[in-house]
Amino acid sequence: MFKLLKRTLQRGPFTEPLAEETEASGIRRLTHRPPPWGRSMGLRTVDAGSCNGCELEIQALLNPVYDVERWGFRFTASPRHADVLLVTGPATVNMTEALQRAHDAAPNPKWVVAAGDCALHGGPFKESPACQGGIHAVLPVDVAIPGCPPTPEALCQGLLALLERDQKE
Amino acid sequence: MEPLTDDQAPPSPEPPPRLSDWLGAATPLVPGTPWPRHVLGEARWLDLRHHLFLSTWTLVDLWAEEKTVHVALLDDPAPEAGSPTTAILSLECPEGRYPSLARARVGAIRLERAIRDLSGLEADGAEDRRPWLNHGRFPLASKPPDADSDPDAPEAPYRFFAAEGEGVHQLSLGPVFGGVEASSQFLFHANGETVVRLEHRGGYLHRGIEGLMRGRTLREAATLAGRISGDSAVAYALAFAQAAERAVGVEAPPRGVWLRAVMAEMERIANHLGDLGAMLGEAGSALLQSHAAVLRERIARVAHRCFSHRLMMDRVVPGGVAADLHPDEMSLLQGMIREVRPHFEEIVSAYGRSASLLDRTLSTGVVTPALASLLGAGGVVGRSSGRAFDARVTPGYPPYDHVPMTVPPRDEGDVHTRLKIRALEIRASLNGLVLLLDNLPGGATRVELPPLAGEGAALVEGFRGEVWLWLRVDGGQVIACRARDPSWFHLPLLEQAVKETIVADFPLLLKSFNPSHAGCDL
Repeated sequence: MFKLLKRTLQRGPFTEPLAEETEASGIRRLTHRPPPWGRSMGLRTVDAGSCNGCELEIQALLNPVYDVERWGFRFTASPRHADVLLVTGPATVNMTEALQRAHDAAPNPKWVVAAGDCALHGGPFKESPACQGGIHAVLPVDVAIPGCPPTPEALCQGLLALLERDQKE
Repeated sequence: MEPLTDDQAPPSPEPPPRLSDWLGAATPLVPGTPWPRHVLGEARWLDLRHHLFLSTWTLVDLWAEEKTVHVALLDDPAPEAGSPTTAILSLECPEGRYPSLARARVGAIRLERAIRDLSGLEADGAEDRRPWLNHGRFPLASKPPDADSDPDAPEAPYRFFAAEGEGVHQLSLGPVFGGVEASSQFLFHANGETVVRLEHRGGYLHRGIEGLMRGRTLREAATLAGRISGDSAVAYALAFAQAAERAVGVEAPPRGVWLRAVMAEMERIANHLGDLGAMLGEAGSALLQSHAAVLRERIARVAHRCFSHRLMMDRVVPGGVAADLHPDEMSLLQGMIREVRPHFEEIVSAYGRSASLLDRTLSTGVVTPALASLLGAGGVVGRSSGRAFDARVTPGYPPYDHVPMTVPPRDEGDVHTRLKIRALEIRASLNGLVLLLDNLPGGATRVELPPLAGEGAALVEGFRGEVWLWLRVDGGQVIACRARDPSWFHLPLLEQAVKETIVADFPLLLKSFNPSHAGCDL
């Protein structure tokens, strides 16, 4: 273990600079409400019917390559400590109440980021009677990140979009 | 929680009956190899239930299609006792009832509850009659026929099993968890630190996939199949493709078959690395978890370069694959294997030399071989508890007859063993991947499927265990589809494994199982 630790320290960080957001990322800013404080944001993920593909990419945000904590985002264990709900999935009927309650539990001001095609418009589950066809049917969405699943870069860019002081044209 | 006991099947002095003998010379309605489908009368179904008590046949799946129940069985005797037999048996139930199989196979309990929610068919003699997928929020496929008189009508609050005693308290986890995890609910009864009972409740992620599949083209349905459980996208797409090909009697070209195996093994390595890292992190080593996560990221990037998708979604299609490997991508893959292998070995050996990590994992959360075989659990969970079953070998599919990469089972069944088996599987798959790439045949990667009518089924080994998929097609459209995730039989084992450990060990146990809630809730 110590050998590995020593070599890790010698190697330097795995963390890579984030690619610039492009048109192709397709990230949509639906509101412009930069936080009234610096940039520290607590994130709470809610799986509202995702196939767990989005969860894999969200987990990748925590790996040393993307390391989302470098921008002040940290994952909280409870929505009560969260500023941002990062929601995936098409909002299944069975998860609707839990999603609503998680949102109610978060203190104001709060933001909602919809991650993945399912969360945006239901994705392949659009026509299912068991799904609401997107997170917007349940909660007001601030930033929408498309992709099936969105790449970790797109997720980082989408989260950083919350912090922007000046609205992008 | 389902009552699981080790002594449900009465001991039989005679050798257990063989499925091939029981089927005899009966002509199946749908001959299709390797999963012929027979239609049974009610008397024969009852005789089947009797034989399930006497035999060791594995319940592969139990599902309903309108007014018919189907059960898929696998008889996998010791090599000297005969060869494996597989069959699908169907019972028509015009009255909307069928004799329950849950007493003979505990794995059927949740499946029968799901059948009732989705198609309204009642299992006669079933003890646990609570709803499963239906949380009382909408009519799923159709309402149960006697919804009004039903004592467990969906409107009633869900009743968890109780545990009583001095100092016993409840602790509910979910459906929104503390980590980045899928939604489902766990209710603990604990006495101080010690877990007395754990019960899992699923259905939160029910998206109605089987209903969405009906009437779709094969291509559209394959996309949906790849999103039943996103981490097993390749395994599900492969099972769907195999079932579709068998339904119309077409074989994928050899290069397509081998490329599928390349993707399937990459998916297995990536997910096992993720699980290994999650277990090590949960046991207390952020350093090892980070290194495993870096390796996982490396594989996802190579997958993106070679197959243009990080999770390789929609690359396995009915008839072959929708991607090809060019020589420079081949060398990229080979370079990835060379790089990952020593780094991975370093993580494993650091774990093996850390007393504090071993202290967390050794003898924690034991699943006994008796319980594992009672449920018919496959995958890592099964192989850590004495079940050798691997769908790549039994019933088996190409190219694994040329490139075997099976890991022998172990009996201990604790968290450490599940971690060890994962490590062994990563090693075996890395070696297998080298062989697959070295011997990749040339030629076409895909054939068109004719728009014929038929039925097909496939059992494919995903990273979590065996993925079952059954399909009926006509004119290039899906008429009916059924998929069963390995986690259906893992979650009841998780409930048992947690018993008498401490609540604080639960996250570690959960990571060691890594069940797919999305796969079960469909």
